[in-house]
Amino acid sequence: MAIIVCREKCTGCGICVEQCPFGAIEIVDETAVILDACTLCGACVEVCEFAALEMEEGEPVAPAVDLSAYRGVWVFAEQRKGKISTVVQELLNEGRKLADRLDTHLSAVLLGHDISNRASWLIAHGADRVYVFDDPILADFNGDAYATVLADLIEKEKPEIVLTGATAIGRSFIPRVAARIGTGLTADCTGLDVDPEKRELLQTRPAFGGNILATILCPNHRPQMATVRHKVFKPAPEEAGRKGEVIPVVMNGTVAGLQGEVVKTVEEIEDTVNITEADIIVSGGRGVGSKENFAVIEGLAKVLGGAVGASRGAVDAEWISYSHQVGQTGKTVCPKLYIACGISGAVQHLAGMQSSDVIVAINKDPEAPIFQAATYGIVGDLFEVVPMMTRAFQKKI
Amino acid sequence: MKIVVCIKQVPDVADVRIDPETNTLIREGVPSIVNPFDMYAVEEAIRLKERFGGEVKLLTMGPPQAEAALRELLSLGADDAVLVSDRTFAGSDTLATSYTLAMAIRKIGDVDLVLCGKQAIDGDTAQVGPGIAENLHWGFAAYVRKIEEIGDGVMRLERLMDDGYDLLRIPLPAVITVVKEINEPRLPSLKGKMKAKKLEIPVWNAEEIGADPERLGLSGSPTKVSKIFTPEFRRKGEILQGEAEAQVDRLVSEIERLNIV
Repeated sequence: MAIIVCREKCTGCGICVEQCPFGAIEIVDETAVILDACTLCGACVEVCEFAALEMEEGEPVAPAVDLSAYRGVWVFAEQRKGKISTVVQELLNEGRKLADRLDTHLSAVLLGHDISNRASWLIAHGADRVYVFDDPILADFNGDAYATVLADLIEKEKPEIVLTGATAIGRSFIPRVAARIGTGLTADCTGLDVDPEKRELLQTRPAFGGNILATILCPNHRPQMATVRHKVFKPAPEEAGRKGEVIPVVMNGTVAGLQGEVVKTVEEIEDTVNITEADIIVSGGRGVGSKENFAVIEGLAKVLGGAVGASRGAVDAEWISYSHQVGQTGKTVCPKLYIACGISGAVQHLAGMQSSDVIVAINKDPEAPIFQAATYGIVGDLFEVVPMMTRAFQKKI
Repeated sequence: MKIVVCIKQVPDVADVRIDPETNTLIREGVPSIVNPFDMYAVEEAIRLKERFGGEVKLLTMGPPQAEAALRELLSLGADDAVLVSDRTFAGSDTLATSYTLAMAIRKIGDVDLVLCGKQAIDGDTAQVGPGIAENLHWGFAAYVRKIEEIGDGVMRLERLMDDGYDLLRIPLPAVITVVKEINEPRLPSLKGKMKAKKLEIPVWNAEEIGADPERLGLSGSPTKVSKIFTPEFRRKGEILQGEAEAQVDRLVSEIERLNIV
């Protein structure tokens, strides 16, 4: 496959050069030239006003596997210490829709120890089947054991789609599963759709620091695998009395050849630390000024039942720990409400929070770029505004 | 200890802008930089060398101009570098990339530890590190924030999780990806810069790393980009007016109306 440039039609106008997200087109002697960086995304073909660019389809690529042997949508039911991760409920909701459109079943895969009783919860939230592997070796998150069990199960049962949360756990071990099976994996999706005829999963994700969105397909390999960002989909409603099947997983022998073990797990007691799962985040930036001043941010977060976030500037100044950092070098969050206090809004910060439902920005500088991303902006002193907000919400809640 | 650090030259996405009229990406004049997360991986490798002895080799897969990124990092104190470059690598997704890098690591030989940044800022997939580990059948840990101890073929480290951290033991050889919390990268020394300038950087092609052509580039990549588009960036935001008190009142009632709290 390649992009073919028709020399007669090309005027060298350069619109395709501007459009190409990969910088893979150059104009040489008034004609477009496709460079090695081309990924065949086709953005240039669509934009060319002179129809001078064409996607040469080439020989149709034969599927790597018998695609019709793969049926069913799977959701990885991530749990930590027996508690199912909130993203799982969101995946069940979206997975249910995809399964219905493909007229197939939805299954959940539950790995851990002493977790069998969680299967009924998964069924009540949309799963038709729950595969359970309950073993002391999986009491903690052991990436190697997880990858072995899941890859083995996928090869045996042949699902067509496997969805996992884009969490620390999901993003650690799912790439190993995909590499072991030799199929495609799309990271950190913010949109999913399906083509029921081709049974293809359309996976949309941000790239280039959130500057563009790309839709990714996995046409000739199965299963089609994706990690999905928190809070993108609504949580599945509970349906009391819903029936499903619980299938205990049997491994051939033990989970042999384990690479490593967890010595201990430490939950950081700062109760507001898990910003990826929070519905409300109050974040502080350089404008907060000191470690002590973060109490103002924490005060509002507490009243709202939210988590505390921070910009890179605040973390680099050591006013707050790295696990609170929102943005490209920190965590990506999409809460229902994001309140940015004293954050100017560098592109890297915006990349980590701009998909939040409602963004409130409080900053002294009316020119701060954060206001361009904000739903509501207050130009003012955060030390005046934030405590005022805390008091106002205290009265309401 | 023989350590390999995988690095990537990326466009500085902070400099990528959207043309408001055409709603397309402006890449013109966007500089190429070393992926910021890789700086922490290189720094950690050099610190491990200082603690335990051994050598640090840098590895990248990319076009010929990626050599510049290797030279920049060599000046920090890495011993040498390899560029893996071939036209057949074009269009590689994370599966093909991990395979290619794993084959290069095999060719380097006798490697104890591979370090990568947690992800590259152009794609943000975080999939190549674990993919390399899988191709090599080695131990793996992502999001490492501290290496406590290495000895007797085992390393103890701390892995950052969403709700805290895990203390792990993994056998060597292993691949790990590191977060920025792990260290503070040093600046290059003058001596390092001089050395980096002179060093010969070998370029290996697909054949030299013994790669199966079917597993490279576009043919080795199960995922295909079907569409690229620009998200709606700007919100029709509202700057609240009036005295601070009036602004806060208005904001609180808006948030109440939206039923968030």
